[in-house]
Amino acid sequence: MGSGAIWGLVAATFVASFVEFVEAFTIVLAMGMTRSWRSALAGTAVALVALVAFTVVAGYALVSWLPESALQLAIGTLLLIFGLQWLRKAILRSSGLKALHDEEQEFREQAEAARLAGNETRFGLDWFSFVVSFKGVFLEGVEVVFIVITFGLNADNVPLAAVGAAAAGAIVLIAGAIAHRPLANVPENTLKYGVGLLLATFGTFWAVEGLGVFRDGGESLEWPGGDLALLGLLAGWLVLSRLLVRAVPGIARTPRAPSSLPVSAIEEV
Amino acid sequence: MAFVKGFGRFWYDFIVGDDWKIAAAITTVLAISALLVANDAFGDTWLVVVGAVGIVVGFVTSLVLDVRMH
Repeated sequence: MGSGAIWGLVAATFVASFVEFVEAFTIVLAMGMTRSWRSALAGTAVALVALVAFTVVAGYALVSWLPESALQLAIGTLLLIFGLQWLRKAILRSSGLKALHDEEQEFREQAEAARLAGNETRFGLDWFSFVVSFKGVFLEGVEVVFIVITFGLNADNVPLAAVGAAAAGAIVLIAGAIAHRPLANVPENTLKYGVGLLLATFGTFWAVEGLGVFRDGGESLEWPGGDLALLGLLAGWLVLSRLLVRAVPGIARTPRAPSSLPVSAIEEV
Repeated sequence: MAFVKGFGRFWYDFIVGDDWKIAAAITTVLAISALLVANDAFGDTWLVVVGAVGIVVGFVTSLVLDVRMH
């Protein structure tokens, strides 16, 4: 693996994981500042333990029981669905049909929900902040795990991919601890657009390769050009998304649809 | 029971997300492509092309439906 490929792998996992860590950080911060730091950090710690257990069990099961093509199909399909969800939101945001993601706004909403929630206490912890922090960290963490597995296996270097993700987590934590507020200056919408393109690219590549599991012998399908097809797919998704950004407002304004899409009609990330 | 419901809800939210149409479109396209592969309908190159084009068509269709439905 050349140094360019190494830096490419680390950069890809770093960027993709970074946005997930920022979202998890915002949730924990909102719970800690409005309700209970102790409970929010306990929820985070339990989520991290659950995440390690999930990674070990799922990773062992996937690698031990599934043939390579089935693994590609399973992970590729999940990535494809995640990636296209991100791309959908990026297209709607770029075309003005959906509000830009704003960590300050996300923080305000989480904090408001925290203030309105009840005061149930379990195991000596504020249960609301524990559960919300746990779910936020676990959910975003599982996505990071899938990103690391995919990029790592594709480049034959899972540990290096994990280093990229760990670096992203460390930087978000340090920046967050210093700023002590939501990381609103991160160009999150642009990053998410880029990550959506990356996930859709790898997802398409792997899911289609993995379809080979259904033929005699179960060998993966071969893309013309091998791994170089990834570049073609990336370019294809980029061009398609830019075309859709231009076309989607027109579709929304056709007589069968409302004159404009209310931002609130589509959920926030 | 509440735990099972919550567990199911968590994984539904995680995998399907907030637009079920994308998950439905991708699953449908991959199922049709799997049938073509199982029946050895084309060579590798064409199977790959058909699968990729199907994914693109599925995504565009789900996005257009999404915009029109809101």
